[in-house]
Amino acid sequence: MTAIAETPAETPVANLGRVRGRVVRKLLHNPMGLVGGALLLIVILAGVLAPWLAPYSPTEVHFSTPFQQPGTVGFALGTDDLGRDVLSRVLYGARASFEVGVLSVLLAVVVGVPLGLLSGYWHWLDTLVSRLADLMLAFPFLILAVGLAAINGGGLGNAAIALGIANIPTMIRVVRAETLRLKDTDFVLAAHTMDAGAWRILGQHILPNALSAIIVQATVIMPAAVLGEAVLSFLGLGIQPPKPSLGIMLSDAQQYLFRTPWPAVFPGIVIALICLGFNLFGDALRDALDPKTGK
Amino acid sequence: MLRYLFHRLWQSAVTLVLASIVVFVGVRALPGDPALAMAGENADPATIKAIRAQLGLDQSLPVQYLRFAGHALTGDFGKSTATGMPVNQMIGATLPVTIQLALYAMAIAVLAGMTAGVVAAVFRGRWPEWAANGFSLLALSVPTFWVGILAILYLSVQLGWFPASGYVALSENPLRWMYYLTLPALILGISHAAVIQRQTRASMVGTLTADFVRTARAKGLGSGAVILRYGLRNSLIVVTTVIGLQLGGLIAGGVVTERIFSLPGMGKLTLDSVFTRDYPVIQAVVLVVTAAYIVINLLIDLLYTAIDPRIRVSGRAQ
Amino acid sequence: MTRSDAEPLLEVSDLEVSFAAGAVPAVQGAGFRLMPGQRVAVVGESGSGKSTTAHAVMGLLPGSGRVTGGRIRLRGEDITYADEKRLRRLRGREIGLVPQDPMSNLNPVARVGRQVAETLVVHGMASRREAPARAVEILGEAGLPEPARRARQYPHELSGGMRQRVLIAIGLACRPDLLIADEPTSALDVTVQRQILDHLENLTKELGTALLLVTHDLGLAVDRADQVVVMSKGKVVEAGPARQILTDPEHEYTRRLVTAAPSLATPRRRAVVPGEHSQHSEEPVLEVDRVSKEYRIPGRGGVLRAVDEVSFTVGRGRTTAIVGESGSGKTTTARMVLGLVPATTGAIRLDGSEMVGLRGARLRAARRAMQPVFQDPYASLDPTFTVERLITEPLRIFGVGDRAERRVRVLELLEQVALPAAVTQRYPNELSGGQRQRVAIARALALGPRLVVCDEAVSALDVLVQDQILKLLDTLQHELGLSYLFISHDLSVVRSIAHDVVVMRGGRVVEQGPVDQVLNSPADPYTQQLLEAIPGAGTFN
Repeated sequence: MTAIAETPAETPVANLGRVRGRVVRKLLHNPMGLVGGALLLIVILAGVLAPWLAPYSPTEVHFSTPFQQPGTVGFALGTDDLGRDVLSRVLYGARASFEVGVLSVLLAVVVGVPLGLLSGYWHWLDTLVSRLADLMLAFPFLILAVGLAAINGGGLGNAAIALGIANIPTMIRVVRAETLRLKDTDFVLAAHTMDAGAWRILGQHILPNALSAIIVQATVIMPAAVLGEAVLSFLGLGIQPPKPSLGIMLSDAQQYLFRTPWPAVFPGIVIALICLGFNLFGDALRDALDPKTGK
Repeated sequence: MLRYLFHRLWQSAVTLVLASIVVFVGVRALPGDPALAMAGENADPATIKAIRAQLGLDQSLPVQYLRFAGHALTGDFGKSTATGMPVNQMIGATLPVTIQLALYAMAIAVLAGMTAGVVAAVFRGRWPEWAANGFSLLALSVPTFWVGILAILYLSVQLGWFPASGYVALSENPLRWMYYLTLPALILGISHAAVIQRQTRASMVGTLTADFVRTARAKGLGSGAVILRYGLRNSLIVVTTVIGLQLGGLIAGGVVTERIFSLPGMGKLTLDSVFTRDYPVIQAVVLVVTAAYIVINLLIDLLYTAIDPRIRVSGRAQ
Repeated sequence: MTRSDAEPLLEVSDLEVSFAAGAVPAVQGAGFRLMPGQRVAVVGESGSGKSTTAHAVMGLLPGSGRVTGGRIRLRGEDITYADEKRLRRLRGREIGLVPQDPMSNLNPVARVGRQVAETLVVHGMASRREAPARAVEILGEAGLPEPARRARQYPHELSGGMRQRVLIAIGLACRPDLLIADEPTSALDVTVQRQILDHLENLTKELGTALLLVTHDLGLAVDRADQVVVMSKGKVVEAGPARQILTDPEHEYTRRLVTAAPSLATPRRRAVVPGEHSQHSEEPVLEVDRVSKEYRIPGRGGVLRAVDEVSFTVGRGRTTAIVGESGSGKTTTARMVLGLVPATTGAIRLDGSEMVGLRGARLRAARRAMQPVFQDPYASLDPTFTVERLITEPLRIFGVGDRAERRVRVLELLEQVALPAAVTQRYPNELSGGQRQRVAIARALALGPRLVVCDEAVSALDVLVQDQILKLLDTLQHELGLSYLFISHDLSVVRSIAHDVVVMRGGRVVEQGPVDQVLNSPADPYTQQLLEAIPGAGTFN
């Protein structure tokens, strides 16, 4: 029989560090997440600093130099049919895409999270909110956007509202499912026996524990909204010219595609990079927030 | 079962009525007057008034709604204020194109997505997973209409493999139909394939690490049987849900694809009707699309009972 | 060992299993032998490496698990690094497995008959056509009632015990020489557990199958095996004939395990002098008077009586235990006492004042006097709270003290439950299971309650930790004059802590009284059955 060292019955699990610390550490150890984060950082900085980075005003026309090839001196990414600098327009377009993305995520969070919490917590509200969510899911989103555009005359805010509304039902479902799950946990039961009220339980126990699911859902909505903005602007329902938007640039470029494809290539690549960044980062975040994965 | 079916039908009816009210009130909130649009800029007030009366626009909103709903129940959506054609005909002419495109795209998406998802789950941590995951990440991030534009430029115009636009009815010539619809369906299906790939992979990975899969291996079953009979069979449940949620998006996403490839589907009708304040057409389009979405999801829920034996009357997994 | 000259069926020597390069191996130098037809039990707490060892034998290590040293021999053949093809022939045919959790180990979308039949088909024991009929026979052998009808059902249509019988049928379908049973009954009620173990024992004896039983329960191991191997932290600390391990444990760890085994422990309630507290008042802290709970069955309009006219009391400074299996209504009763579930009829009096139907300020006051400790300390503590915030939450809700006073109170409470002051800023996931349960107890004590409701409060803990928590509860009762309502499925735990016991079945009380009377001379046949079902009960008496 082998002899072994004295084993205390109750060994504390090695101190893993704080929850947040663990999440950050896991994120930093995920190469794909780092790539996504770096991508996002670059594009966000480019968008925020557009007024300083852009060599020209995005609407400044140069009639003498239309359809310049990329790499032309003075026009790094070339010019479009009106001789506008593609680089400057792409920078400002990325900025607009971000604005729409952030605004629509905000709208989905501000409306979807409370509705999800309430409908998950109170059964009588559930039927009502669920029907509402069903309706929003079934209602053709494009018609909503078109209708809003007709009333408000289009624009960035209009696109953000339409995309935000379109993403409210999924946010409601995610938060509702989390609330239903958390409502039955022992720690919420324990809070009940301490005579904690509904608002305390929702605010201090359920919401903080649902936060990671909400954040993950936000990282799903964000690229969808960026793509959605491009679609709406492409159809003439989003941001209105002459304001630069990646979708409008694509729509314009389609008309002279056979002369030069470049003005269509760059905005597409920028959209792809933004979405790729969010998708990679969102995946990494979800893995990091999931206590089941990794160390 | 019957109880459950009635319950679901009742829910669907409520959603549909709500949708009709929303769109009915919504279109009337739109700026612009269809009577004015019909009569022209220089029409005298009497003519406009006559047209308004003829369209029933002089009545109160609830009365207008009830009249509209009553007609809609009998399948009559009135006449387009823009073209004067019966709305039924306009929808009837364009809906099949949109549905064919959506189904074709979905077939491509399911086939490609599930294959790539299974490959990624089975070859975990090896190059096929990286390839499949990379493909779907890219497909999710790239605007599909942009891919469509570039595809027309290179595949259609330069290489001449596909037509850049046009449509032939399926009943007329199935081969030509396929020739015209394949590229649009492919473009429309890519991003949906990506979503299905991700869901299939996640669900398969979860299933393949489940206890009952270990038990299956402990019986001496080979990996092929485990993957197909255990992994895929259980993952089908999740994937079916995703497909249901996607079909709604496919119909909406079709609008852009139809526009790029100039297909005579409902997308163009939708856009035109809103721009011309064509109330009857807008209402009909919304109701048709909403109804399609509801019916598809109802079918999917019924399909569950076939796929997942745990779901019975209540319609919920235990 | 008896037949040392014969060739062992299974021989594991110096086995080392690692999950990540550089990490401490999960199994280090484990070794034991199993003769044909012999029954060997591997006993250990969670994390001892007992299941990992069993999985290594079948080549079923999860994820990144690898055998990094040692040998596994089956009838002399080295199968340590056998290829997938060899393993596939071996699994199910030469070595069968009965896994732990009957809920998660059957394919939810396949009929159970088919799940048995496919084992037969894959090993060529039956043709595709014969297999279904043969599967029904095997299911019948495993003790599944109405096997022909059950074979066509899906797992979710069967009870836990029936599913476990299906898993046994699968494990034995191809008549393997060795059956590995990995905690085969720990998810089941004790009476079912006993029936299944009896059946498994008879069946393996009949077929001459050797049994490798993996369990956390020393009593069960001694009861069911010839040889016992005790594992701790990936190492074998002791091995020998079952009796000897129990009566003459050589190693310090085994000795502690034997002492802590609840079925053997001396009742510690003797520590409280009987009558010491009851002298001050005759009135019980809690009086439950003919309480019932009914649920409407959706759809049919029928009524389910989950709890049926249950009455009992909890004396001051004393412990009343409610014992019962799943579905007995014991948890519902506890929740009614806690005011989490409204009682349909009956009266619940705390310190003489009626609780049912209380609202507002009086309910608040009642809740203050009564606090719960739940089963699973992983689930009952909000993972986003620090220990300090967890313990002060009831104080904050009831507006007790200011920030500084509450901080002092936390340190006081931590001392009472024997936790260092350093844990105040930790999160629950940084604590061990026992530490978490101590935090839960500290939180329950924060408001100075008179009654603590312990709902399976030690069931999720390893034996040694369980022993420590029971000791702590006992000390606290002594020091603070607490009364406990103790809900448990485990009669041996109840024997060691309770003064009075209430035995419930199907929502009704079948027997109640002082613990000595009920457990030593049970009047009701169900209580007798429960007592007999305690693993190792025979051995320890």
